[in-house]
Amino acid sequence: MRIGCEGERITDAMSATDRTPAPVCVTTRALFGGFLKIGMSGFGGVLPFARRMIVDRRRWLTEQEFTEVLSLAQFLPGPNIVNFSVIVGRRFQGPMGAVAASLGLMLLPLVIILLLAALYNEFAHIDAVRNACNGVSAAASGLVLSVALKLAQPMRRTPWKIGIGAIAFVAIGPARLPLPWVLAVLAPVAVAIAWRSRR
Amino acid sequence: MISPPLFELALQFLMLSLLSIGGANAIIPEMHLRAVDIEHWMTDADFSQMFALSQAAPGPNVLIVSLIGWKVAGVAGALVSMLAMCGPSSVLTYQVARAWDRFRDAPLRIAIERGLAPVTVGLILASGYVLTRAADHGWPAYAVTGTTLLLAMTKRLHPLWMLAAAAGLGALGLV
Repeated sequence: MRIGCEGERITDAMSATDRTPAPVCVTTRALFGGFLKIGMSGFGGVLPFARRMIVDRRRWLTEQEFTEVLSLAQFLPGPNIVNFSVIVGRRFQGPMGAVAASLGLMLLPLVIILLLAALYNEFAHIDAVRNACNGVSAAASGLVLSVALKLAQPMRRTPWKIGIGAIAFVAIGPARLPLPWVLAVLAPVAVAIAWRSRR
Repeated sequence: MISPPLFELALQFLMLSLLSIGGANAIIPEMHLRAVDIEHWMTDADFSQMFALSQAAPGPNVLIVSLIGWKVAGVAGALVSMLAMCGPSSVLTYQVARAWDRFRDAPLRIAIERGLAPVTVGLILASGYVLTRAADHGWPAYAVTGTTLLLAMTKRLHPLWMLAAAAGLGALGLV
């Protein structure tokens, strides 16, 4: 049980920190501001920036809590980082916190990217602009590959994980099979294997 | 009265949202399939440039969704697409997070997390594959992709520097 920001005790199932008390109190305002900052710094993916701010700088969550929240955010449908902001926001301030965190994350970047797109349309006929964008495309796909390989690192000693990952890759990448079917088959199989190999 | 393109956008992104286990990057191939091959909203090149823009701009990569919506139906399209992509899934996440806290140490929960992790990794890898195929024509582009991958794996370099360098090389007509 923790003490909320206004001094009231948080008694419902609102917090996973019941057993590992986090001595932090994060206001709705701080959630909005914090996620605003995360959103604005997330070039080429937000996650590394989120980790740095939430765990290292402001210590809203411990490393382990961060990973727990992230894995939950990851396996639920919807964009990871939006789900992530909803869970973190809820954890500290309930519904208002969830709204504040997710809006903080998305609002400014949405405006900026639409402005950029309008500008790009305006200048797309200039060869240098189009070519620069081609360069960024090439580098950006390299970044995506690197994220996948980094996430794969801890799995490289577990044969079934490599197998499941490889099947998912081939099915969606080279084979271009439809995602719903691939998930419908692969997800239960993967969970069943994980269940059987638990210790 | 919702106009047909807006309705179509909402429907497509609602479905994509429900499929996007593993985040925006994991459904890039499916998004590409629907936007380019099925709905014919844009060309391959359009798509890869939107992706580049969403990577180079600040904010979550899921913002590519707003660009697709914008291309199809202007600002309203962008807003509808983002809402369809994030709204229902956020509500679901909120509800599940509440229940999830109670099953913190449940074996099934752990099995689900462990089992889905490699699926996610495979999907993101497939995204990289599809994007590389869409973006890279000719060996200079492949070289840029390869170099970025190598640098990102080995150095603690800010991604923005790599994107900026690639933009520079591109502007000089080298990619």
